[in-house]
Amino acid sequence: MLKNSIEDIENQFEIIQILNEEGEIVNKEEMPDLSDDDLKELMRRMVYTRVLDQRSIALNRQGRLGFYAPTAGQEASQLGSQFAIEKEDYLLPAYRDVPQLIWQGLPLSKAFLFSRGHFKGNQMPEGVNAMSPQIIIGAQYIQAAGVGLGLKKRGEKAIAITYTGDGGASQGDFYEGINFAGAYKANNVFVVQNNQFAISVPVEKQSAANTVAQKSVAAGIPGVRVDGMDVLAVYKAVRDARERAINGEGPSLIETVTYRYGPHTMAGDDPTRYRTEELDDEWEKKDPLIRFRKYLEAKGLWSEEEENKTIETAKEEIKAAIKEADGVEKQKVTDLISIMHEELPANLKEQMEEYKEKESK
Amino acid sequence: MAQMTMIQAITDAMRTELKNDENVLVFGEDVGQNGGVFRATEGLQKEYGEDRVFDTPLAESGIIGLSVGLSTQGFRPVPEIQFFGFVYEAMDAINGQAARMRYRSGGTKNIPITIRSPFGGGVHTPELHADSLEGLIAQQPGVRVVIPSTPYDAKGLLISSIRNNDPVVYLEHMKLYRSFRGEVPEEEYTVDLDKADIKREGSDITLIAYGAMVHSALKAADELEKEGINAEVIDLRTVSPVDYDTIIESVKKTNRVVMIQEAQRQAGIGGQVMSEIQERAILHLEAPVLRVTAPDTVYPFTAAEEVWLPDHQDIIEKAKQAINF
Ligand SMILES: Cc1ncc(C[n+]2csc(CCOP(=O)(O)OP(=O)(O)O)c2C)c(N)n1
Repeated sequence: MLKNSIEDIENQFEIIQILNEEGEIVNKEEMPDLSDDDLKELMRRMVYTRVLDQRSIALNRQGRLGFYAPTAGQEASQLGSQFAIEKEDYLLPAYRDVPQLIWQGLPLSKAFLFSRGHFKGNQMPEGVNAMSPQIIIGAQYIQAAGVGLGLKKRGEKAIAITYTGDGGASQGDFYEGINFAGAYKANNVFVVQNNQFAISVPVEKQSAANTVAQKSVAAGIPGVRVDGMDVLAVYKAVRDARERAINGEGPSLIETVTYRYGPHTMAGDDPTRYRTEELDDEWEKKDPLIRFRKYLEAKGLWSEEEENKTIETAKEEIKAAIKEADGVEKQKVTDLISIMHEELPANLKEQMEEYKEKESK
Repeated sequence: MAQMTMIQAITDAMRTELKNDENVLVFGEDVGQNGGVFRATEGLQKEYGEDRVFDTPLAESGIIGLSVGLSTQGFRPVPEIQFFGFVYEAMDAINGQAARMRYRSGGTKNIPITIRSPFGGGVHTPELHADSLEGLIAQQPGVRVVIPSTPYDAKGLLISSIRNNDPVVYLEHMKLYRSFRGEVPEEEYTVDLDKADIKREGSDITLIAYGAMVHSALKAADELEKEGINAEVIDLRTVSPVDYDTIIESVKKTNRVVMIQEAQRQAGIGGQVMSEIQERAILHLEAPVLRVTAPDTVYPFTAAEEVWLPDHQDIIEKAKQAINF
């Protein structure tokens, strides 16, 4: 009894890479079908998002943004996976996954309003199928199973994609989400961005399982572990998983092995308390932008000019978006009262009057 | 005596009990090496080792479920829920399990769990990081809810909670963590659970509050004083069960009451306290018992929180209304 080998299971989840740190293709068979324009667009988005991260951190420090969870280091995981989905797909992000939302169509100014806690930042534009970023770790995973099941019941050729972190993979909702979706063969793609730390807690302390991907085994769904600093590997894994799901073959779990360079959020986290500089350096060598840039430059698809142009565009658009966000009327308590129910119940009717008077002073 | 912030007093209480009783265990998300996201457990892992002060996997129901199991082995768990907005994840573990274990064992099992958690508004946190959810726990028999408002009370109440053989949810208002210092004895002492405290004596009106609102009530009392109104301020300290003796004694003296809570108006501690007052002392009242609360919306995720949160002006207004009734 109890003789099954955990090692044998874990061996099935070796990290899959397509593009190595030197910018060389090391896994031709898995090379995704992307045009030159697609490749350039992926690079453009990664560079843009790195600038957005730097600007967001600066704006937060100036008190011009509220809640912000840094994204640098995770561009390949975030943008490679988002690039693999379609407009009709449904996105359920966590708090760090604002870039996916933006590239799915959320205007930058709304992303900034979300950061400031303004309810208008949570209003998705027409045609963007998404929930606003989830704060409760894991909650999006089980909701995603519901979205995926709904899409399946409606016969849609679309999927629900959701994200959590290595810490999130310890939550009950994570297991429930992949299990429910598996039981219903729902249209789901589950992504875990394993950035090595849940705030200060290293992934080794989350579980006796050495990979997150192997948790798919217990749910009876396929799982894969990819190099999360390799945008091609992430893209391919999600694209394949999407294909499976829309063909009625059910959900998959994808672990992207990555790293967050910055603090957990901008609310006082100090990574030097739990990470060494050596570890940071080690991961920065795997940087997703550096290797992809090398690859594209060798193919003649990217240049310093293009890089600079992207950076300038990003800066200008960010500036304009902040201005737009600044121009939105301040959130009031009466706004909140009006969005609690479809129709105001009696208690809120009374309070609406009370706060209207307060706000007029 | 030392001057401490509330968070220092809380750390000091845990240190005291880790030292006093080897069965005390402190754990939760990020409480080990990182010392907690607010540094409430700063240095404790270094002092007492990873066996007694440790990080958990990320799962609140797991943290509290584990605590129930550990109590059966004679331990005294002091788990942390990183922000009280995450308590929903652990509702079954607390209200459905820990609070009922003594009952479920026919009165034979001790469940000496002290769940610490930061809560409360005014510090610009994101969604579900500021909510006042004490009322959810207060509805459940079998578990106490303790909320200190000063560094002195914080240490004494936390030590009492850890020594108590029933579960306690001990809530720490984030705005009070570092906003002021107070005298705190370095030696160990306890503050009684289930006992309110008169934070300011007065004869014209009773202001009842807990947590950060105690300080708003004190500020209101100072302002009212200038207008010749002498307010008594009661700090509930334990919000479940409530110390009605202290309240009724005060009501008999002042004949007027304003109940203050940071939580929404609907179904909170305030409603409970007010109804008990009228049941027990209606003939001593010269005015309806009034209340100051937040409106019945979710806590506003950063924007608009200043207007949303009740403040001393709201208290002054209600106090005058009661006085002029
Ligand atoms: C239910 C719940 N518990 C705890 C938290 C506090 N918290 C926010 S992020 C975080 C760590 C999450 O780590 P991980 O899932 O690895 O994602 P990452 O932040 O690294 O992207 C914790 C503990 C929360 N937001 N929700």
